[in-house]
Amino acid sequence: MTTAAPSTPAAAARERLLPAYLAAGVLFGIVLTKGELTSWFRIQEALRFDGLYLYEVFASALVVAMPLFRLLERRRVRSLTGELIAVPPKALGRGRRYVFGGAIFGLAWGVAGACPGPLFALLGAGVGVIAVMILGAMAGTWVYGYLRPTLPH
Amino acid sequence: MLELLHRPWPWYVTGPLLGLVAAALLVIGNKPFGVSSNFRHLCAAVFPRNVAFFKYDWTQSGLWNLVFAGGIVVGGFIGGVLLANPEPVAITARAHADLAGLGLHDFTGLVPHQLFHWGALLTLKGVLLILGGGFLIGFGTAYAGGCTSGHGITGLADLQLPSLIATVAFFAAGALASHFLLPLLISG
Repeated sequence: MTTAAPSTPAAAARERLLPAYLAAGVLFGIVLTKGELTSWFRIQEALRFDGLYLYEVFASALVVAMPLFRLLERRRVRSLTGELIAVPPKALGRGRRYVFGGAIFGLAWGVAGACPGPLFALLGAGVGVIAVMILGAMAGTWVYGYLRPTLPH
Repeated sequence: MLELLHRPWPWYVTGPLLGLVAAALLVIGNKPFGVSSNFRHLCAAVFPRNVAFFKYDWTQSGLWNLVFAGGIVVGGFIGGVLLANPEPVAITARAHADLAGLGLHDFTGLVPHQLFHWGALLTLKGVLLILGGGFLIGFGTAYAGGCTSGHGITGLADLQLPSLIATVAFFAAGALASHFLLPLLISG
């Protein structure tokens, strides 16, 4: 099989790392399913305040991620692509997009019991009808993009 | 041993591994862990039209994330099919009673078959839940610029105020929807 050679060194580096992103995705998908974050029942348990599982998962994820992020940034560690590691900051602006967008997403999350990561994992777990939900999410994203200039941010 | 592999993981395994995945993406290519951007990349790849939000080179900024999402699908197959837990998810007795009280009677699988199946798309409630729910997940996460991964983990772990606002907003709205909208969808 012959493929066109990447045109720039940066593009070549990007393509070389694709298997690493794939592996990270596979691990994440296994964590989502074995950790039951793909379970509609687990999400409802949390949002109806009937159990602590999801909160314990989030808290322990942050307990691990927070010091690791700090360490990577403070020690000026470079990624495999040679870049200085830095988490891109989200612009606060007037903050309305985070309130409105977050609330709109939350409304759907509270009944559908799935957020974007689990949607892809559920598809792999064989829940075929989730494909329709992913198409819906693409449509919603498209409409947001179309209306973006008119929405408060 | 085989039985052990099929068992679900406790929170203290699941949570730390999520944190490690987020850190791994930074180490690999300085990429912020997040999934909802993939809907934008898919739109940019498939149907950008003349919308400014989708006019960018998705192969340059989004390919890594689409590959990551493809990995999630594979991981979902491994964790949800090959290593599937044969038992219903062990939610608390209180959650079980609460949901049963709403009229839910099938607790097997990852999602309730009662609500999520192809035939449901022939009913108004099913279309609202599956297609409408998906639409709002896409619209809301694009509007907020992130989801439970990008804001709830990456942004919070980086102590970013916008992510705290978004996370509070989606947990609050999620609780409201679960308490007041879900009963309408399950009953009848």
